[in-house]
Amino acid sequence: MSTTATHRAPAGEVVLSLAGVTKRFGAVQALSDVHMDVRAGEVVALVGDNGAGKSTLVKVIAGVYTPDDGNITFDGKSVRASGPAEAQALGIATVFQDLALCDNLDVVANLFLGQEKIAGPFIDEVTMEKEAWRLLRTLSAKIPSVRIPIASLSGGQRQTVAIARSLVGSPKVVMLDEPTAALGVAQTAEVLNLIERLRETGLGVILISHNMADVQAVADRIVVLRLGKNAAEFNVEEATTAELVAAITGASDNVVAARASRGEAAPTQGDQDG
Amino acid sequence: MADTETENGTSAVAADLADERLIKTEGLSGYFRLFVNRLKSGELGSLPVVIGLIFISIAFYSAEPRFLSSRSIVSITQFAAPIGIIALGIVLVLLLGEIDLSVGSVSGFTAAVMAVLLVNEGQSMFVAILAAVLVGVAIGAFYALLYTRLGVPSFVFSLAGLLGFQGALLYVLGTQGTINLPSDSFLVQFTRFEFLAPAVSYVLVVAIALAYVGSQMWTIRQRSAADLSTPWLPLVLIKGAAMLVGLGFLTYYVNIDRGWSYLWLFFVLMVVLMDFALRRTRWGRHVFAVGGNEEAARRSGIKVNRVYFSVFALCSTLAAVGGLLAAGLQTSVSQASGTTDTNLTAIAAAVIGGTSLFGGRGSAYSAMLGIIVLQAIQTGLNLVGVDSSVRFMVTGAVLLLAVAIDSVSRRARTSSGRG
Repeated sequence: MSTTATHRAPAGEVVLSLAGVTKRFGAVQALSDVHMDVRAGEVVALVGDNGAGKSTLVKVIAGVYTPDDGNITFDGKSVRASGPAEAQALGIATVFQDLALCDNLDVVANLFLGQEKIAGPFIDEVTMEKEAWRLLRTLSAKIPSVRIPIASLSGGQRQTVAIARSLVGSPKVVMLDEPTAALGVAQTAEVLNLIERLRETGLGVILISHNMADVQAVADRIVVLRLGKNAAEFNVEEATTAELVAAITGASDNVVAARASRGEAAPTQGDQDG
Repeated sequence: MADTETENGTSAVAADLADERLIKTEGLSGYFRLFVNRLKSGELGSLPVVIGLIFISIAFYSAEPRFLSSRSIVSITQFAAPIGIIALGIVLVLLLGEIDLSVGSVSGFTAAVMAVLLVNEGQSMFVAILAAVLVGVAIGAFYALLYTRLGVPSFVFSLAGLLGFQGALLYVLGTQGTINLPSDSFLVQFTRFEFLAPAVSYVLVVAIALAYVGSQMWTIRQRSAADLSTPWLPLVLIKGAAMLVGLGFLTYYVNIDRGWSYLWLFFVLMVVLMDFALRRTRWGRHVFAVGGNEEAARRSGIKVNRVYFSVFALCSTLAAVGGLLAAGLQTSVSQASGTTDTNLTAIAAAVIGGTSLFGGRGSAYSAMLGIIVLQAIQTGLNLVGVDSSVRFMVTGAVLLLAVAIDSVSRRARTSSGRG
């Protein structure tokens, strides 16, 4: 079990494993029988069209939703987190798309929000500031000062703070929901570097993205969801963009599989509205 | 950390100042430039209030020199304290971006509860005060339940409370209308006749200045041990000396008359404690977080409902305490207690002092600064001998000005990226 702590090869031990995860909302089958493995020191990209079930799966892993069926194994134990705080305590950190930072507080306060270090009855600012710099250094983050309010940071810097915050509880898996969605070219590159650094420190990273270029740039494996099911899984060096797009949209041979599973019902339209 | 910096040949740079984009702050001129930049970007702090206070002082002094007499300053501080304590609760509620319009009614009602228990029921002072404060806690807890469980907006339930508790005040007082407190009772003695002895007051001033310098020295030690930038020692000493001289002079000046009243010192103590709680404890940090971005606070595991609960409960409790002290100062509780302008004065004080109406921004000291401004205006207008109609109009104008400054500085902060 215990190999090297850092710089492990992409195929480390499995830290997070989902098997047969199913989630229904009323009459809608949002996820059916989804499986996914995340190893330590690997970046798994989770891609899919709108409505493919990515967000639902993210929320299931983050503990926001409880799956109706299926098994989540984390660090060798079967777990069922009921709430984001519990998932965080287990070691699954999530950076949501809307970052959820407090604009009026400074970087240190945001990094440790909800888990402030205290000395006696008071907040231990010195320890927190020191730790903040350590965290930001491990990410080689470019934040000029940790005592400025979040409002004065750029989009990429905010993303950095959000990612750094996810590392405060020393998690084993970090899940990033669309981390590059609203960023410029340089900032996107910065965040991609950040993701690679997370992998180097031996974390399992789940990257949710719409951007195929980003996914192919940093991911080790790509899991494609379509209509709430596992559509395909690629090792990144094997996958071409065309193949990926085909798997996401289901425009190639997957149509056949989809038809088979749905019987004779409306063939082509059904594929579009995923 | 240190070895990476020695590579650049700048070994003395602290960990948090290593970034080359940071503007270096060195010497007095550096700190002055920092101060100017902060103002330009809309981080006004308490500067508008201080300027306003100076302006008010000059204006009233030229109209009526008695305005700055030690007698008038003593009475300004003494009479500012009760509503100041109510304003302290308002600061908390405003920090969450909520409002409590019922603090005046609550203060009147709880004072009436105290007076009825003390005078009509013959209970001891302790029991009467305790009961009144507990009523305040209960009202705040009830508000918090309305807010967190039913989702009733604070504006609505506190408006209901404004009417409801005014009715409760009339009901509790019954046909009596006015209950006079015995002049030898603790509340009346404490609020009206207790003043700090001159010798003790000077010792206190020295102790405050020493405590400030001492705490800053402690910070410097802690931070330099952690390889972080430290406050500039000469500046700390200058501030300490300014504190000593400033407070010392004020103390000398009020000692010409009766000196610092216990009531005022009690208020200042509450403000200092609240400031500590807001800036240095987890609870305070969470109050700011909820006021800044409630969703972010919830997601980071903060028990948001508990924060709301504590704040609403504290606000009503402070309103009750303020009401008791006001009753002591007036030596009576009447049907008018806490009604007329108590509400708006308390809210105006918090806003004038610099607490934002938009949540997440403000400090405990704003209650103190704001209420001094309002009380100074009231005293000044009384001395000049204008009608209370003018007083209302002036107070309204000052409030409008304060909110306008808040809004403008907020825009400046947004455009300069200070949130």
